Amino acid sequence: MTSSSASTHHHGPAVGLSRWLYTTNHKDIGTLYLWFSFAMFLTGGCMALLIRAELFQPGLQLIQPDFFNQMTTMHGLIMVFGAVMPAFVGLANWMIPMMVGAPDMALPRMNNWSFWILPFAFSMMLSTLFMEGGAPNFGWTFYAPLSTTYAPPSVTFFIFAVHMMGISSIMGAINIIATILNLRAPGMSMMKLPLFVWTWLITAFLLIAVMPVLAGVVTMMLMDIHFGTSFFNAAGGGDPVLFQHVFWFFGHPEVYIMILPAFGIVSEIIPTFARKRLFGYPSMVYATASIALLSFIVWAHHMFTVGLPLVAEVFFMFATMLIAVPTGVKVFNWVATMFRGSMTFETPMLFALAFVVLFTIGGFSGLMLAIAPADFQYHDTYFVVAHFHYVLVPGAVFAIMAGAYYWLPKWCGNYYNETMGKVHFWCSFVGVNITFFPMHFIGLAGMPRRIPDYALQFADFNAVATVGAFMFGFSQLIFLYNVIHCIRKGRQASSEVWEGSHGLEWTLPSPAPYHSFSEAPKVK
Amino acid sequence: MSVQSYYVPEQSRWPILASVALFMMAYGGGSLINSLSANTGGGGGLLMLLAGALGMGLVLLGWFSNVIHESNKGLYSSQMDRSFRWGMSWFIFSEIMFFAAFFGTLFYIRNLSVPWLGGEGEKGVSNLLWQGFAAEWPLMSTPDQQAFPGPKGVIDPWHIPLLNTVLLISSSFTVTLAHKALKLGNRQRIIFWLAVTVVLGVIFLYFQAYEYAQAYNDLGLTLNAGVYGATFFILTGFHGLHVTLGTLMLIIIFLRVVKGHFSVEKHFGFEAVAWYWHFVDVVWVGLFLFVYII
Repeated sequence: MTSSSASTHHHGPAVGLSRWLYTTNHKDIGTLYLWFSFAMFLTGGCMALLIRAELFQPGLQLIQPDFFNQMTTMHGLIMVFGAVMPAFVGLANWMIPMMVGAPDMALPRMNNWSFWILPFAFSMMLSTLFMEGGAPNFGWTFYAPLSTTYAPPSVTFFIFAVHMMGISSIMGAINIIATILNLRAPGMSMMKLPLFVWTWLITAFLLIAVMPVLAGVVTMMLMDIHFGTSFFNAAGGGDPVLFQHVFWFFGHPEVYIMILPAFGIVSEIIPTFARKRLFGYPSMVYATASIALLSFIVWAHHMFTVGLPLVAEVFFMFATMLIAVPTGVKVFNWVATMFRGSMTFETPMLFALAFVVLFTIGGFSGLMLAIAPADFQYHDTYFVVAHFHYVLVPGAVFAIMAGAYYWLPKWCGNYYNETMGKVHFWCSFVGVNITFFPMHFIGLAGMPRRIPDYALQFADFNAVATVGAFMFGFSQLIFLYNVIHCIRKGRQASSEVWEGSHGLEWTLPSPAPYHSFSEAPKVK
Repeated sequence: MSVQSYYVPEQSRWPILASVALFMMAYGGGSLINSLSANTGGGGGLLMLLAGALGMGLVLLGWFSNVIHESNKGLYSSQMDRSFRWGMSWFIFSEIMFFAAFFGTLFYIRNLSVPWLGGEGEKGVSNLLWQGFAAEWPLMSTPDQQAFPGPKGVIDPWHIPLLNTVLLISSSFTVTLAHKALKLGNRQRIIFWLAVTVVLGVIFLYFQAYEYAQAYNDLGLTLNAGVYGATFFILTGFHGLHVTLGTLMLIIIFLRVVKGHFSVEKHFGFEAVAWYWHFVDVVWVGLFLFVYII
């Protein structure tokens, strides 16, 4: 392999700003994604802290209700589309070409475009905070007619920002699928792919299937708001509930878009630190695929109280419960992998273990919510908030943290500081549970979500949750410091990095060279 | 299979320029729409939108000519070709899902929510809000005739839409004939059949515009005419936009054939456009069936 790809480009990165603006390198683009995601994580986190500060005591202290609504809306949108999704795409960019033995992503220029759309989209989204009438205030699920008839004028920019994110996600997903299907090294058959690659392949399929549906639903909103249509207005023969159906047809697969790559990361980390092969690899692949397929037929479990026909309530209840089966397979396999393993507890492993336990808690509360008659009680209470934060924060976010610690030595060639990592983990772990566990109780007691004020009986648990939120929020600064410290003067890492690591990415030196596998490796 | 080199392009300015252009289109479009709704002019937004669109056009021209140039230099292996094929296939899948959202909307409204609103079925209780409203499809009178005056008539499927169906399906055949000619290396014939395809596409668009004018001027079938008009225009409108885009793509391919691009072995750009054209055609068959006939 001496021809074009080796001879036509430089062997190292370009210098200065142009490296980041014009890059076609999967590692550079991965780095951009990850830093962007962390910036959004802090931005959305500040909004969350503002929300929690207001909720520290009953009554209105800091912010007005309308601004509170803008904060809950923007917090949700930024965390989902700006923090969690780009973080996974960043990890995919960094790791998938190395894991499958490819020289780069399949379509490198489009890869750059996928990333650079995002800063523009989020600038536009954040700029709505300074517009007349304020930012979107209808919740991240933007139900009609709140988001149509009663929306602030800035909703137009929100709609176009969502379109831009959709374009970015679809192109990113196409790139990932093309890379995995077409750029695998000789001998890397599908059933030898690392699980992170498998979960991303399935996630990318979900993205391509549902992001256009999101584009469709925001387009119908735009038409209703500005062009006189009546999709979501019964006065013209439409139906506001239609909005929820289309939105959740996107929204439920979206939930799995945010968790399947997390499953993949955890399935990489646990075998390394248990020093055993992953238990039940094929069943992991099939379970992931089953979860993805089921995700298309469960959307209305978000809408049990909206007035569905009985047959729909029953169908969506049972279909939802079916998801517990493949998810249970996964949790079982992770535990079985650890069974009688020689376990050590470095920071990535701690985050992965916390993921398994706390995600399972979130999964169980999800099963409670899946019971349609019970959901009539839980719907739109803090129990729901507790549920989805358990699957997203100690679920998706912890997995991202675990992945970041796990692969950081491969990325920058240095180990992070283990003690600082452990401190970060324990502060996050304790903080997350103090924040979200009490929400189960106040939710079951009837506290509604998205309300800036509440009855006195909820005061104690809310105060506790706020303390936990600030603890969790500020402990992320430890992570930031640790990463910067690691890049600058961490201890030199070996190629394998971890004693029990296995896979193609660990055959490359640390830091991984600018161009991973110019020559395709042989996979036995 | 021998291990071939996979071409990884050097740094490129196109993506970041495309992002700026896309941002200008989105921000300009948003400003324009908002100021039109608020009746406050909108010149700034329009200017930004047009500048963004112009920029995007230039970027795409530059980007594609870059790719064509690289392909002509022989930098692309067959593996690269497969990446392009996967990319285009999944892009078309995403387009199918985009239309699926609107078809799903149509089915839900026709079969569930309008009958419920008219008092039929399990959720017929919603008729209490609009007593006297009777469900029908096409929906000629809406629950609130003041705000959403229903259409006086709907498009007859057996005139223009039938003609358009014939036009588009024929154009699918003609583009396939052009592809066959390309595989045989008969350039005169490719040019002929591509030209026929483009002409069929343009005639289709002309009739579609004519039909829209008729709907607005004679039938009172507008975006504001209740949910029948809404579903009619969103489905046929986005389809029309896709035909427009497909026709532009065909024209570009036509010009490239005239310039001597594409060989018997390597002509992915041609095939991508042909796939897209077939996709647009298949969507039309769905439209003809579910929007016009049934």
